[in-house]
This record gives sequence, C-alpha cells and structure tokens, in this order.
Amino acid sequence: MQKQMGKQTLVFNNVFVKEGFSVAGPKEKHGLLGDCFDFCLDDDKFGEKSFEKAECKMFKFAIDGVLNKANLQPDQIETMLGGDLLNQIVSVSFAMRAYNSSFLGLYNACGTFAESLLVGSCLIDGGYKNNIVCISGSHFSTAERQYRYPLELGVLRSPVTQWTATGSGASILSKDKMGAICQITKGVAGRVVDLGIKDVNNMGAAMAPAACDTIVQFFNDTNEKIQNYDAVFTGDLGKLGKKILTDLLKDNDLCFEDKLFDCGAMLYKQEQQTFQGGSGAACSAIVFNSFILNKFKEKQYKKILLAGTGALLSPLTSFQGESVPCIAHCLEVCSCC
Amino acid sequence: MKEIKNINTKEIIEQSKIKSYKNDVKKTPYMDYVFNVSPKSSHFKNLFWAYFVGGLICALGQIIIDLLVQNGIEDKVASVFASCILVALAACATGLGIYDKLGRFAGAGSTVPITGFSNAMVAPAIEFRSEGMIYGLGAKMFTVAGPVVVNGVVISCAIAIIHLLLGV
Repeated sequence: MQKQMGKQTLVFNNVFVKEGFSVAGPKEKHGLLGDCFDFCLDDDKFGEKSFEKAECKMFKFAIDGVLNKANLQPDQIETMLGGDLLNQIVSVSFAMRAYNSSFLGLYNACGTFAESLLVGSCLIDGGYKNNIVCISGSHFSTAERQYRYPLELGVLRSPVTQWTATGSGASILSKDKMGAICQITKGVAGRVVDLGIKDVNNMGAAMAPAACDTIVQFFNDTNEKIQNYDAVFTGDLGKLGKKILTDLLKDNDLCFEDKLFDCGAMLYKQEQQTFQGGSGAACSAIVFNSFILNKFKEKQYKKILLAGTGALLSPLTSFQGESVPCIAHCLEVCSCC
Repeated sequence: MKEIKNINTKEIIEQSKIKSYKNDVKKTPYMDYVFNVSPKSSHFKNLFWAYFVGGLICALGQIIIDLLVQNGIEDKVASVFASCILVALAACATGLGIYDKLGRFAGAGSTVPITGFSNAMVAPAIEFRSEGMIYGLGAKMFTVAGPVVVNGVVISCAIAIIHLLLGV
C-alpha cells in the first residue's frame, strides 16, 4: 500500500482517533471555548504546592480522563507519546511515573501535540502498536517564569504578545476502528524555517512562514483541493500570525478565506487582554481534543487539516542574539466513514 | 493592522531564509514586512499612564515626607523614612498581586520609582520560593534587580573618577 506521497507527505491507512480529553485552566474556562472542555481548573495550582506539580497533575488527569472515556485500562496502552514546554520536558515525564506503558518524550515546543500524533500514527500504521496515548500541554505560570519574568513583576506587555494557555489534551490513537471518532489519513513532518525574527514576543510572525511551508508542501504533494476541507487549524499563531499566514498562503495560490482558524486565537475573548490570543503547547492539544473532536462527533466536519506550530527557542539563545527557528507539522484528519 | 499592497511575500521569504548555524543576520526583508504589519503600542497612552502613575507615586512620597516633618522629624531622616515606607508598601502590593496589574498599564511609571525596585525584588522572591530558601529565594531574588544594582555601582564609580580627575 502507498505509504508516501510526493516529497514529505506520509499516508496512513489504519489510524483512528478513539477518544480525546481536554483539561483547561481558569482563564480558558472563561474564554470563548469554555463550554467545550472536559474539565476546567478553578485554581491554577490545582491543589498542589507548586505550579510545576500542578502541570504534572494536569497531565495525569488528562490521561486518566481519556482512558476512562474510552473504557480502556492503563495496561491496554502500549506507548505514550508527549511533551511540554518546560526544560527537559519534566511535567510529562514525571506524570509517566504512574503508568507502566513505554514512553517517548517529544519536544517541538508548541507543535508537540501535532508531532506526537504524527509519530503515533507512524507507530500504529507500521503495525508496531495497537493503542497509543498522545499528550501535550502547557501551564501559563510555569512557562512564564522559564521564558519571561516572574508573575508578580509589573511590566508593560507588547501588543504583539500572546498568552501561554494553561491546559493539557490527551488523545488515544488506535488501529481499531470500533467506536472511533475520526481517523488520521495523512501527515507532513515539517522543516525548520527561520526568517530572522529576533523579537521573542512576536512568536506568531516567526512561526507563520513555517506553517506556510508545511501547508504548501502538503498541497503540492497531494494535489488536494481546498474545497475538500472543512477547516484548516493552525496551532498557536495568534491573530497577527494568522493574518500573516493568510497573506503568505495567498501568494502561494492557496486561499482558505474563512476556513482558516488558529487554535490560539480562538481561545480567549477580547476583554481578557491576551492581545494576539493564546500560545503554548496546550492550544492545539485542548482545541483538538474538545472543539475539533466534538465537531467530528456532530458530523459537522468531514475533513480538516491540523498544523501544529512551534517556535524552537530558549531564553538562552534569545539572550545570545539568535533568531527564532520555527517548525510546523501538519495532519489530515477525516471522519471515519 | 495595516494592509500592504503589491508585495509578494514569496520573494521576501526566499530572501530571508537563514540557513547557516552562524546566525549573524542583522536585518532580513521579512523583518521589515513583519514590522509593517504588526500593531504598534500607543505612545500617547503609554506616556500618559507612565507620567500619571509615576507622578502619583512621587506625590505619595512627598505627602509622607511632609507628614513626618510636621511630626517633628528632621528633613533628611524624613526622606529616608519615606523611601522605606514606599518600599514596604510596594512589597505588600506585590504580594497581594496589585503591583503587576498597575505595571501592565503604567509601564515605566511604576518601574522607575523606588517602588519598582521593591517590586523587582519581591516578585522573584515569591516566584522562586518553591525552590527553597537558598537556591530559590536567595539565589534568584536579584535576577531582575541585580543588573540595576551592578550598573548603579559601576556608573557611580565612573562618575566619581571623572569628578576626581576634573576636580569639580
């Protein structure tokens, strides 16, 4: 059976998304998608002593939630894939202490969720695994102290900044079609694109060309038509990044018009003062596992693209004057029938 | 957001790609493009709030000095006391989560006065308390305020040397 199309596109035949579970923070709860999430925290410490512990607990909660929803036991999951934004991806790794499944830690910054779906799809379609949990997420307070300033420091935020979303999303990928919500049919592993943006506040502008590169590659490889897609979701470009991406795609003769959505830009209300919207590994994970899967359940979507975007920087490299290399991974998700 | 007509972004991207690990590019065409489409912060609004809040903090300081002097405290001692009181107030405001909300619109108006220095010390102290008293609080307390102290000392020395040489 055909496994690859064109230069970069992988074709999957038997990868089904069985169930998804999303945990969101208090700010996201009061945002635009507040009703979609499976569980929302009232307190962003989640009853723990530190924010890092809270993030770790959030991951555990999401995994237990998705297993419960899919009626699976933890030992039926052979492998878990995932990552978060913290150094050495500690939150997910620490959450894995509670499980006996094998674990592959992944990191592509905010594109980690798309990356985990892509790797998971390869493992399932290759016949190596039957059930896989893909998980990713982030926490505002842990990311903020690692990448920016202490929480209580009074600083003026630039109008191009985004707000790191708090939440975690877990999906179960399975080779078994029974009870599946949708299936993953194609995937593109992206290339690193760097156009020299050094402003660490303006992540959307840095990531938009990477998203454009991957989406254009997908359409070149597959010769698909835009009309066949109900929506194209990008990870966390924010409002400005989405606008830039629209312009970039237009010059590549891809015009999505109102079909282009950004998971980060759709999370918050205007009055929540997040400027360009959400960012972080949580954006695509919680939106996919709530909003997008719900749309598939309600049969409103037949075929969509999900392009997870990630800015591959660390505070160290930005202080050394480096620009921000970015990446995007793209997946085609179809309804099962 | 501004609309820019007649620009082909495809060319901009091709010209801007950084391929070397030696990233010493100063400016790429894409950076110009992004600068043009990005929303700018409103200078008038920011300046207004910075002067307004900064002025209020200074006025509060003066009120404290006047009250102290009225109660029979010497001028010089009164201003030292006023600084201490402002620092303590700002530390409390930081702990209660008020000062960061103020800083979000006041900008330099809340960071330049002595209260901003207090905020820059207390905020990391709260934040890194979870890593313990020595490696957390002790080590990280000066992450934001440290450069201010270092530069303050260096520049004071430089000015002292100039003063000595010129004998003014």
